[in-house]
Amino acid sequence: MAEFAVIIFRALALLLALVLSAALLTWAERRLLGLWQDRYGPNRVGPFGLLQVVADMLKLLGKQEFVPPFADKPVFILAPAIAMSTMLLAFAVIPFAPGFPLADLNLGLLFFLAMSSLAVYAILLGGYASNNKYALLGSLRSAAQVLSYEVFMGLALLGVVLQAGSFSLGQIVEAQRELWFCIPQFLAMVLFFIAGIAESHRLPFDLPEAEHELTAGFHTEYSGMKFGMFFVGEYLGVILISSLMTTLFFGGWLGPVLPPWLWFLLKTLFFVLLFVLLRAALPRPRYDQLMAFGWKCLLPLALLNLTVTALVLL
Amino acid sequence: MTTLFYLTMLIALLAALQVVRGLNAVHALLHLIVALLALALLFFLLGAPFAAALEVIVYAGAIMVLMVFVIMMLNQGDAAVEQERAWLDGASWRGPGLLCALLLLELGYLLLASDTGSAGWRPVAAAEVGRALYGPYLLLVELASMLLLAALVGAWHLARALKNRRGEES
Repeated sequence: MAEFAVIIFRALALLLALVLSAALLTWAERRLLGLWQDRYGPNRVGPFGLLQVVADMLKLLGKQEFVPPFADKPVFILAPAIAMSTMLLAFAVIPFAPGFPLADLNLGLLFFLAMSSLAVYAILLGGYASNNKYALLGSLRSAAQVLSYEVFMGLALLGVVLQAGSFSLGQIVEAQRELWFCIPQFLAMVLFFIAGIAESHRLPFDLPEAEHELTAGFHTEYSGMKFGMFFVGEYLGVILISSLMTTLFFGGWLGPVLPPWLWFLLKTLFFVLLFVLLRAALPRPRYDQLMAFGWKCLLPLALLNLTVTALVLL
Repeated sequence: MTTLFYLTMLIALLAALQVVRGLNAVHALLHLIVALLALALLFFLLGAPFAAALEVIVYAGAIMVLMVFVIMMLNQGDAAVEQERAWLDGASWRGPGLLCALLLLELGYLLLASDTGSAGWRPVAAAEVGRALYGPYLLLVELASMLLLAALVGAWHLARALKNRRGEES
């Protein structure tokens, strides 16, 4: 029983830490964007504007919980819950330090893929339930985008699985003691990162909510905390992809001198910042360009990477 | 473990019933997704984690997404719900109900008559599934992949711009 209590405690601690860091990330992103775009960003509330997060949260909580009368009510409420819970569940298999994934599944990587493929429903159902043409268009686009990028995300990851000989994230990290996978699996790393950006629909792949043509895409009708949940879900996605980059290609918790969990945090933070920098630096492609790039360029590359890895290992 | 198993089974059954009974197409599909997730959990509890993962990734995560996608584009409103209600009156339940009852009887008889106990039960790892697929079942895997390739080529042909297609025919 005591063991069970420890697991529950760990899960709650992880949950709290994740939601808090996702909230902090909203502040960090705006400050960094400000820095790179030669302006200040939020700096009024508290030291360095740190309390901006609290102010935003209060504002979102204080807003009226509005469900449009033409919406499909149960589905409308379900969608943001899916967005957040699938992302949070996926963190259960991430090994933050030796022996500290919440659930040390043998098929950890497949569990992540399953959760990320279920996350599509949040956007799809949000768009459908809003009963609004912008929302519908946004969610149709996004479903097509996420489905196609998922295909070669899986294919790129298989290269890593082949090399490590296991789906378990802990064993994948252990297999990188000699050499981080970012060198032998360089192509897979690039592909995974691109697909990861598309999966968490961040700029430059944020077409589902391209504000210049679709107002706000699938969450046009959302307000208050339901919008907040979509928002937090997106930032959780960024953290998730960053921590997977760390785990799969950059040796996870491995590193000299510093304690393992700190190495993990530092590496993950680096990729989170890279996400923000990409947003500041890159323009958004057209929708057909995005799809053509995925199917005609990235998919063959992923297949090539898989074949070469298999041949080398054989 | 046994409690979990029966609880999951109950969820799967209720969700499946709701798929048939539901009037709103999207809600029915959502119940189908719940049923598939419950099935995945059943696989997991029975010691087939790889099958469970594939169930979620392929069925719940890809095929059902496409179905929701299509139904969303049809944009059925309240009229469709009314039509469905008219179709699902008492009389139309008799035939399928009878057939299902027969199947249920057969299943019950088979389960009771044959001794398919849990004697040979053991968890199956991913590597084992792979070895089976590319060993004794290699021919089936290749045939399935050929079928999928044919479907892919067909879909590509149908989706091409009409102008290009005519150019080739003439």
